[in-house]
Amino acid sequence: MTYMLRIMLLLVLLAGVSGLAQDQPVADTAAADTATVDPPAPVTNLTGQDRDNDHGHAIELSWTPSVDDLENPAGDRSVMRYRVMMWRPAFAFRVDTLRQMYEMVRNSYKPIRVYKPLVDSALSMVEQGVTSVAQLPFKVQLPADVDMTDVPQDLLRQTLEDTLETMVGQVEVSKDSVKTFRSTFLDSVDALTAAYATYPNNGRWDSIGAEPPGSGNFRHAGSKDEFSPDFLPDHTDLYYRVDAVTIDPDVYAESEIVGPIQSSGQWYNTGRTVVLVSVIIFTIFTILFVQQARGGKELYVRPLAGIEAVDDAIGRATEMGKPILYVLGLGAASDIATIASFTILSRVAKRVAEYQTDLIVPTYDPIVMTVAQEVVKSSYMDAGRPDDYHEDMVYFVTQSQFAYVAAVNGVMLRQLPATNVYMGKFYAESLILAETGALAGSIQIAGTDEIAQIPFFVVACDFTLIGEELYAASAYLGGEPILLGSLKAQDYAKALFVISAIVGFVFLVLHDITGVEWFTNFKEWYRVSD
Amino acid sequence: MRRQLPFILVFLSGAFMVFQYFVPHESSEFVYEFLLDWLTIIGGFAMVLGIWSLIRVSYDKIQRKRENWGYSVITLAGLFSMIFFGITNWQDGFGFYILQADGLNNPMFVHFFDYILIPIQATMFSLLAFFIASAAYRAFRARSVIASLLLLAALIVMMRFNPLFGAWIEDVANWLMNVPNLAAQRAIVIGLGLGMVATALKIILGIERGYMGQG
Repeated sequence: MTYMLRIMLLLVLLAGVSGLAQDQPVADTAAADTATVDPPAPVTNLTGQDRDNDHGHAIELSWTPSVDDLENPAGDRSVMRYRVMMWRPAFAFRVDTLRQMYEMVRNSYKPIRVYKPLVDSALSMVEQGVTSVAQLPFKVQLPADVDMTDVPQDLLRQTLEDTLETMVGQVEVSKDSVKTFRSTFLDSVDALTAAYATYPNNGRWDSIGAEPPGSGNFRHAGSKDEFSPDFLPDHTDLYYRVDAVTIDPDVYAESEIVGPIQSSGQWYNTGRTVVLVSVIIFTIFTILFVQQARGGKELYVRPLAGIEAVDDAIGRATEMGKPILYVLGLGAASDIATIASFTILSRVAKRVAEYQTDLIVPTYDPIVMTVAQEVVKSSYMDAGRPDDYHEDMVYFVTQSQFAYVAAVNGVMLRQLPATNVYMGKFYAESLILAETGALAGSIQIAGTDEIAQIPFFVVACDFTLIGEELYAASAYLGGEPILLGSLKAQDYAKALFVISAIVGFVFLVLHDITGVEWFTNFKEWYRVSD
Repeated sequence: MRRQLPFILVFLSGAFMVFQYFVPHESSEFVYEFLLDWLTIIGGFAMVLGIWSLIRVSYDKIQRKRENWGYSVITLAGLFSMIFFGITNWQDGFGFYILQADGLNNPMFVHFFDYILIPIQATMFSLLAFFIASAAYRAFRARSVIASLLLLAALIVMMRFNPLFGAWIEDVANWLMNVPNLAAQRAIVIGLGLGMVATALKIILGIERGYMGQG
């Protein structure tokens, strides 16, 4: 009873409060706020230009924010955002409509593609004697007076065949329509440049984006794809303005109009000049040292324990009568580490062929498998033992990371190879492979360019090629002067890097001591842009 | 000419790739994207070769009753059953869905994937925890001054989030990570970058031919 009384009291109180609230005059707060908003000061100094070092289809705008910007305490702080407007001819909107229609027509016969196999399947079931519509994978439309659980076979067959014929006909019609729409659409896209040239007639301003208060630039990055809604034509006169918009979207200030601006693609990315210069210097070094090596000059390169161990490891495998396992990692054939691994594999396979030891190369990538098969085959031929080569030496396992690890670990534990060589790209599986190999008692040589995996190999393998040594390994194994020449070029390039780093350090210290800005320009020379 | 043609193709492709890095123009991008499409197409065909290789190697083992040939039976059974379940579905009547994704909703396909493949993969991955422990034991044995230093550094880095030691250990650990560790990593990265450029140049210029099995 007390409980009911409490509820009643609460209801009375609530009713009273709401009644009181209704007695108060309801103020239109939103209207009151916006009614007092004055138009803000517009943005100034609006400029626009084609974005540098790109494939085109992009314009960069910059401006000085309005003095009434929210971020400017000296002004009214009424500008809540900057709305970027672009003038578009009416024709551009028609092109948009055409694009949408083209997409609709293109997608119209896709459902038929899905349903047609179902009708085919239903037809074959009817031929097998099915007469119930419920059992068919495609529900056909039949007259209302027909018993759906036992339809005459002829009627069912005829209806399905008619449906199939209609579907095929629709697909053909749709395909023709797609071709026509595509051609019309592309013609319209070609005419866009002329349409933009009619500025300021036959068009209107369209919002293309917004920036928060305080910002002073906008990148209109359009698409190069004509079929994309964001397509922005190159070599076309474009006009922009920026509106300083208050809390009320209808109260805003327009900037001066900037234009015509044209976007276009560049033939040289100036932001990558430092890379070009480095490549040229490095190429000159390489050619110079290769020429010296060809001329018979003795080039000293420091010995690498991991490489020198390869011969011993192959000899050990031969003595023990056990195979050598070569793992190319998880990289694709286009990865430079995998390519380096191919070159090492060719040297290893040649020695293996000479010693008549078994070689096992399980691969993760089918393209890598194909290349590795060719590499091993050629090496056996070079060694004069083509008969010893058989295609099962190099085989594909799987493209699932841990399934591959399981397969390779299985090979290690069952066949107990005398030597495991891991060269290429490795990820989380590196330690699982190397530890299993260590448990199996194999001599292990590893090399990868994945920095995070190097410590694991160092811990679990007998010899590890760290970083660039992977790329140098082939030259060491071959011992050919020309290849050693390229190693010398690498050393000199590295010396240049060290000198640059020291000079940069000294310049920064000098900047801190003297305050001369020029010293900080040094690091800008090395900046590479996208 | 038969031996030279691949090198000419490699030179042209390699030179174009260098060229396109410095040329952002749409024409350059078009050719680049065209070549990438080719790569995808080749990848698709290579997968057929890969599966054929797997079938041939496994079949050969079974036929010759080589050691552990039972594993090959399981491999082939898994391969063919997943292919079969992946292209069929019987939820709306039995049918083959070779070009549609309906087969991927086949309950058997989903169950094999969710309840066999994923747990097995997770099991393999979890082995890593134990291997890290054994590798850490081997790496951090204080057998020399350098190994002792390594052990000390590792202890500091491991303890850095422990509130018992205060802020100093975090500062020391951050210094270890950001100064000596980063310096060594950057040295390796610079070497790697040069090694990559050198390898690419050797291949483009035809100095290195080992990747084609021609040493």
